[in-house]
Amino acid sequence: MAAANRNSPATPLAAEARGVRVRLGGHEILHGVDIMASPGEPVAVMGGNGSGKSTLVRALVGALPLTGGTVRIFGEPRSRRTADRVGYVPQRMGAGSGVAATALEVVTSGLLGAGHLRPPRDAKQRAVAALDDLAVGDLAHRDVSTLSGGQQQRVLIARAMVRDPELLILDEPMAGVDVPSQEALAAALTRRRDAGGAIIIVLHELGALAPLIDHAVVLDQGCVTHVGEPPHALGAHALPGHDHDHAHTDVPEPPASPFAWEVRK
Amino acid sequence: MSLLTDPLVQRMLLVAIMVGATAPIVGTYLVHRRMALLGDGIGHVALAGVAAGWLAGSWADLADQDALAIPGAIVFAITGAVVIERMRARGIAAADVIMAVMFYGGIASGVLLISAAGGSNANLMGYLFGSISTVSWNDVWVTVGLSVVILVVGLGLRPSLFAVTHDQEFAYSTGLPVSALNMVVAVLSAVTITASMRVVGVLLVSGLMILPVAISQMLTHSFSKTMSFAMVIGVVLCMVGVGITLFYDLQPGALIVVLGVLLYVVVASGASLRRRRRRRNEMAAIA
Repeated sequence: MAAANRNSPATPLAAEARGVRVRLGGHEILHGVDIMASPGEPVAVMGGNGSGKSTLVRALVGALPLTGGTVRIFGEPRSRRTADRVGYVPQRMGAGSGVAATALEVVTSGLLGAGHLRPPRDAKQRAVAALDDLAVGDLAHRDVSTLSGGQQQRVLIARAMVRDPELLILDEPMAGVDVPSQEALAAALTRRRDAGGAIIIVLHELGALAPLIDHAVVLDQGCVTHVGEPPHALGAHALPGHDHDHAHTDVPEPPASPFAWEVRK
Repeated sequence: MSLLTDPLVQRMLLVAIMVGATAPIVGTYLVHRRMALLGDGIGHVALAGVAAGWLAGSWADLADQDALAIPGAIVFAITGAVVIERMRARGIAAADVIMAVMFYGGIASGVLLISAAGGSNANLMGYLFGSISTVSWNDVWVTVGLSVVILVVGLGLRPSLFAVTHDQEFAYSTGLPVSALNMVVAVLSAVTITASMRVVGVLLVSGLMILPVAISQMLTHSFSKTMSFAMVIGVVLCMVGVGITLFYDLQPGALIVVLGVLLYVVVASGASLRRRRRRRNEMAAIA
């Protein structure tokens, strides 16, 4: 299954990062991380706070410079040109927002890229359709700063989806998000995977996305500590507050030991 | 209405309209990025450029000592804006202090150099607070040129400039040329300041860039409308300000900025009144 596909040269990997090193403020945050993702097989990036998950995805999309290693997107070295095939969902709305901006304006900015400094003619229809896909079409003309956390997150996902990306990279899209938004997001990601899209998603816990994900890369202090089946929720994350009531028909049984992934490695 | 046929009045109003319309364009990007005070600092640096132009003019024995003031201001303002943008992009920790050194160094050396080059206090006041009443046709054409650059670039690249000022990290991920676009914002700020210097002066230039945006953003929910309203407000403020000075002997630059502040206070209190009334209605509906 996954492993075989991953090494087959016939289908280029959607993302292939090897030995990624990143320095921030004089400290090395990532010490040579590998991660791969194939179409139709979502990969979760997991690990505790400060493990380097966000740094890794920011480096993958080119928002941070690499100090070592390589990133290839669909077999090509990552460049502004390969960016056309990638949709990125950052953790939060950006630093801007001194001036109001509507959800439609934010999503339309997702249609820009290396060769297109202005949006295409059908930008408005596409942006509205992307908002509709996440069930926030009625918020198109609202100022994004007045939306709830979950609604803002859906707008950010629509901004990535409007690019119709073959590789979708999301940074903790579920953090602080209400249940309807989590469901809208899980549905959108499932559609994307079923259409053969590649997905890399930073998660603190699998939560509502558990049915979608059979592959995880676990980071600890900037190093990969586990590759394979996602580790099951532990400690506080297994408490009822973090529970959800979806049927888990297609999820493997939780590993016997809390450190099962360490053992299997 | 013989006033409107007076060539000086025509020149003043032309310059006022162009500056009023263009200053808020860059102002909108700066407010969006929460760098509203950047224009103020670059204005300070521009004064050193004016002074350098004066000095060069007096060395070259030019008949019109003012001839090199605007080119000097453009060069210094763009250089200052580029240096600030590079420091911002690299996240240099001491950027704050370095900017302070640049800004106060700019204004102090500007004042010193202008007096050393034989400039009078009136010359100096003209650059500090504006001197629209001495505007020549030459000034008008320079303003037209600078305004066209701001309109074409500032409005033409609005989607991309919005994207980089709204969320730089996402902009990188899309493949947009982020550093180049950031540089465009910086250079446009410098061009705007040089264009507006004539009307409001280097000390008040930032007011003309920011106040119309501050007023406009209370009236709309969208970025593009904020920019369009701000342009209209900028034109109205400048025309009313210049218009009043035709009848009363007041300093036009300062008057325009004071009018802007008054309008801001009126709109802000209107907005807060409306908010309070809505809240009261909501409370009444619950009770």
